[in-house]
Amino acid sequence: MIKVLLPAPLCRLAKSETIVELEVVAPITQRTVLDALEARYPMLRGTTRDQQTKLRRAYVRFFACGEDLSDAAPDDPLPADVVKGKEAFLVVGALAGG
Amino acid sequence: MLVGTRKGAFILNSDEKRKSWKIDGPHFGGWEIYHLTGSPAEPNRLFASQVSDWFGQVMQRSDDAGKTWETVGNDFNYEGEVGTHQWYDGSQRPWGFKRVWHLEPSLDDPDTAYAGVEDAALFRTGDGGKTWQELPGLRQHGSGPDWMPGAGGMCLHTILLDPKNRGRITIAISAAGVFRSEDHGKTWQPSNKGLVSEMMPNPTGEVGHCVHRIAAHPSRPDTLFMQKHWDVMRSDDAGANWHEVSGNLPSDFGFPIVVHAHEPETIYVVPIKSDSEHYPPDGKLRVYRSRSGGNEWEALTQGLPQEHCYVNILRDAMCVDANDPCGIYFGTTGGQVYASADDGDSWRPIAEHLPAVLSVEVQTL
Repeated sequence: MIKVLLPAPLCRLAKSETIVELEVVAPITQRTVLDALEARYPMLRGTTRDQQTKLRRAYVRFFACGEDLSDAAPDDPLPADVVKGKEAFLVVGALAGG
Repeated sequence: MLVGTRKGAFILNSDEKRKSWKIDGPHFGGWEIYHLTGSPAEPNRLFASQVSDWFGQVMQRSDDAGKTWETVGNDFNYEGEVGTHQWYDGSQRPWGFKRVWHLEPSLDDPDTAYAGVEDAALFRTGDGGKTWQELPGLRQHGSGPDWMPGAGGMCLHTILLDPKNRGRITIAISAAGVFRSEDHGKTWQPSNKGLVSEMMPNPTGEVGHCVHRIAAHPSRPDTLFMQKHWDVMRSDDAGANWHEVSGNLPSDFGFPIVVHAHEPETIYVVPIKSDSEHYPPDGKLRVYRSRSGGNEWEALTQGLPQEHCYVNILRDAMCVDANDPCGIYFGTTGGQVYASADDGDSWRPIAEHLPAVLSVEVQTL
């Protein structure tokens, strides 16, 4: 199971826990994890990435295992500990504003 | 009353006396609710535009008057070639969806509603909001390269559905102006003749005007009233020609304009001081009423703060109910909602500490 940590506004929107566990078919990448997230929680479509281009929304960041994966290619493999379910893939609302 | 704010939605309920109001909310706390409105055909059906700079556009629907909500479709995909519009610096920039500013449910079908969006375009749902399809004839009218964003963005903020001529839709865009369709939104024509905007290279151009709001009485849909970036205007031929009716108003600026529920020649505006300061002249919050369809205006001040008031009233933040006497309501950027239950003669706050109010709608049930 792949663990994904969601920011509080998206937890409220999805009526989910902070960390959700998803069945994701390999390869485990940013794209396949977000596809699985949106399939399980359709209300999250468009909230982390554009529905047409699939590009990350500007104020959303992705982290895992201490790495900033925000600008990683969507089809790059995620870190091994995320694949093993030991660490969560973090969806984070960027700090912006004063 | 359905109130959209910068940090959530609120629903206020009262009986026909409109003296005591119960506030329910916030719904969708922390999210901007640009517009929250109900279906005239089925008042328990509500639509809400829920927006975040972080997480984008979410659409909500309720079938029980706001007790419970479900997310519906939020994919607003421009049809065909996207094209370009003018940017603030005069350069051309591709259309890109930002948010839904205004929702206009069908007059007779609860599953049908229209959405006015930024960057300016008109969308329609026929399945209760599950899917939205653009009416691309508006954006592809051909004048798009001359449309430009107002200070708040290039938003389609007003949608008037003609109750007598069901094929007619009239919309307004800041800053492109008024457009009218006679064929259910397939084809469109600009309806800006008579508007004068000195900020434009051609002040009387066919498009480019910063229209803030238009309103009409359902019994006289050919008579339109407009609060423009500068001036209050009137048309008696469904927007084909406009003339100024600002008269004795203390400023030429403001955002909302509404028509009395039972008096088609009685209209209300809230003058704001200039396009840079965006607060009431002299720090006095005054609603102005004209009982002559414009030109002659009286200040309505009873119950409204008459010193040190520096709030703004946004374009979707004023409405009227269907009671007699007519109830008039407006919300401020300071989080107050003011109500009058006597045609505007007197006012009192029915909510005082909400987040900045973006929209108010009232349902008379």
